[in-house]
Amino acid sequence: MEVKPIYTYPKSMEDKVTNYCPGCHHGIVHKLVAEIIDEMNLFEKTIIVWPVGCSVVGYEYFKTDGCIAAHGRAPAMATGIKRANPEKFVLSYQGDGDLASIGMAEIVHAAARGEKITVVFINNTNYGMTGGQMAPTSLPGQKTTTSPYGRDPNLCGWPIRVSELLSTIDGAAYIARAALNKPARITQAKKYLKKAFNTQLKGIGFSLVEFISACPVQWHMTPLKSLERIENELIPYYPLGEFKVKEGVTDVS
Amino acid sequence: MSEKIFMKGSEAIAEAVIKAGCRFFYGYPITPQNETPEYFARKMPLVGGLYLQAESEVAGINMVYGTASAGKRVFTSTSSPGFSLMQEGISYISGANVPVVVANVVRGGPGLGGISPAQSDYFQATKGGGHGDYKLLVIAPSTVQEIVDLVPKAFELAEKYRTVVELLLDGILGQMMEAVEFNYDVKPEDLPTPSWALTGAKGRSKNLILSFNLDPEKLEINNLELNKKYKEIEKNEKMWEEYNLEDAEYIFVAFGTVARIIKSVIEVERKKGYKVGLFRPITLCPFPYEELRKFVPQAKFFFDVEMNLGQMIEDTRLSTLDKKPTYFYGRTGGIVPTTVEIIEQFEKLMKEVK
Repeated sequence: MEVKPIYTYPKSMEDKVTNYCPGCHHGIVHKLVAEIIDEMNLFEKTIIVWPVGCSVVGYEYFKTDGCIAAHGRAPAMATGIKRANPEKFVLSYQGDGDLASIGMAEIVHAAARGEKITVVFINNTNYGMTGGQMAPTSLPGQKTTTSPYGRDPNLCGWPIRVSELLSTIDGAAYIARAALNKPARITQAKKYLKKAFNTQLKGIGFSLVEFISACPVQWHMTPLKSLERIENELIPYYPLGEFKVKEGVTDVS
Repeated sequence: MSEKIFMKGSEAIAEAVIKAGCRFFYGYPITPQNETPEYFARKMPLVGGLYLQAESEVAGINMVYGTASAGKRVFTSTSSPGFSLMQEGISYISGANVPVVVANVVRGGPGLGGISPAQSDYFQATKGGGHGDYKLLVIAPSTVQEIVDLVPKAFELAEKYRTVVELLLDGILGQMMEAVEFNYDVKPEDLPTPSWALTGAKGRSKNLILSFNLDPEKLEINNLELNKKYKEIEKNEKMWEEYNLEDAEYIFVAFGTVARIIKSVIEVERKKGYKVGLFRPITLCPFPYEELRKFVPQAKFFFDVEMNLGQMIEDTRLSTLDKKPTYFYGRTGGIVPTTVEIIEQFEKLMKEVK
C-alpha cells in the first residue's frame, strides 16, 4: 500500500520556531496564510507587507518577499506595491492597533479605492507587543494597562467593529470575520481567507478577513480561558460571518 | 529632438519626471504646487502611467515607498506642511535603502503658515527632518531649465546610492515661466528592475525591505553602512556654481530663487566697480564646504542671503569658519527680498566694514 502524506509543513513557511506567546493565534493565521499560498500556487508572486506589532517579525517565518510598513501604513505601502505590479499577489497583515487606530485612514481609503489587495486583520482587542494597552477594539469594561479600571465608554468611547464599517464601502469586495477558538472555526476561517485571496486574484476589489484572536499573556488568562473569553465575550460583540460578498466573489474548493 | 518650450516650473518638473522614465506619481493637493499633480493627472494616463491621489501625505509617501520597493521609478511632490507629514515615511525609506525622489515646494511656516515662497525648510531638508541617523541628498535648482536638467540626475543619484533625493524648490520657481529644453526621453521599459526589488521570490531567496533591527549591534552596523554611503555621496556628488568669483572680494552665498536675485545685484554692483561674486550651493546636502572655503583668502567678507531667518548661514559659517566676516540677511514668512533691498543691505555692510 502506498503511503501518502496527509499533512505537511507549509512550503511557504521557514522551518523556524516563532517568538509568539503560548496560546497566541498569530501562529494559526500564519499557517493558514502559508497553506493557501501553497494550495493556490501563489508563492512566486506573493509579497507580504508586515505591520508594526507582534507580527512585525512575520517576515522571518515566511519564505515570500516581504517588507515592514510604518505603523498603520501597510495598506498604503501595499497599494504602491500592487499598483507597480498588478499581476503580483499582495497581502497586508495587520493588528487592531495598527489597522483600527493609527491606520484607520489608510485602511478605509484602500477599501474605498477598491485596491486589489488582501488584508489579514488580527483583532485581539489590545496592543499585544507594547504590553497590553487599550485598543480601539477593547470591549467596554476590559481591563488593560491603559484602562486599568476597565474601558469606560464615557471616557474613551466605544469599540470599533471594523468588518461592519468596511462593508459599507463600495470598493470593498469581500469582508468577513472569523474566529479561531474551535477546530471547526479554523476550517471556516480558512474558507473565508481563501475566498479573500480569490477576490484579489479575480481582480474584483479590496478583500479583508478579520480574525478574532487570543492574546493570553496580555489578557492575563490561560490559553484555554482565552478561548472561552472569545466564545462568551468577543463573538457576541463581534459576530462572525461574511459582511460583504460582491458579485463575482466565489467560494474556492 | 530638442526644441525650446515655454513652461511653468511646476509643469516642467512633472514633464521632466515623465521624460526621466518615471510612470508613478502619488500625492495630495497642497498649494503652491498643485499644478504639478494636476499635470500628472492629465499626462500619466496618456503615457501608460499612474497618477493616484492619496488620502493624505502620510499615505502618499507610503504608496511611494511601496512602488519604489517594487523596483519602479516613483515621484511625489508637496509643500512644507505636507513634507512635514511625509517625514515618517522618508525616515523608513531612508532606513530601508530604497530610492525615491521627492520635491518640496517650500512655503512660509511654521505651522499652516502661508502659501508664499520661502526657504525656511532648509534645516528640515539638510539636518534630518525625521527620526534617526539618516540624511537626504538635497538638490536646490535655481531656474526652470535647471529643474529640467536635474530631475533625471536626481533619479540616477537616488538609484545609484539607494537613497532619498529631495528637490528643494519654492513657489517662485514653480510659478515662473521660462523657455526650457528637454534633451532626454527615457523609456520606462529600458530601466532595469533592481535585484533587491519586491517582485516575488521566483527562482531566488526572498527579498526583504526593512528598516527594522531589534539588535543594537546590528542596527549600528546598518547605520554605519548608511553613513558610509553618505560619505561617498559627499565625496562624489557635490554640486555648486561659482559666479563672478575669480576676482571677487565680496562673496554672496545663496541658493535657489535668492541666488537669481543676487545675480541681478551683482550686475548692478559690478557696474559700480565693486568686485562681487556669488557662491551658489546646488546640493545643499552634501554642502560644498571645502569648495566655498577656497574663497576665504581672497574675500573681504561673505554675505549669505536667504528667505528665512538664518538656516544655511550655519553651513556657510562652517565653511568660512569666520576667518572672514560672514554676514546674514533674510526675509521670512513668504517675503521675497528685492534687488534694491539687497543692494541697500550690501552697501550698508560695505560702509560698516570700512
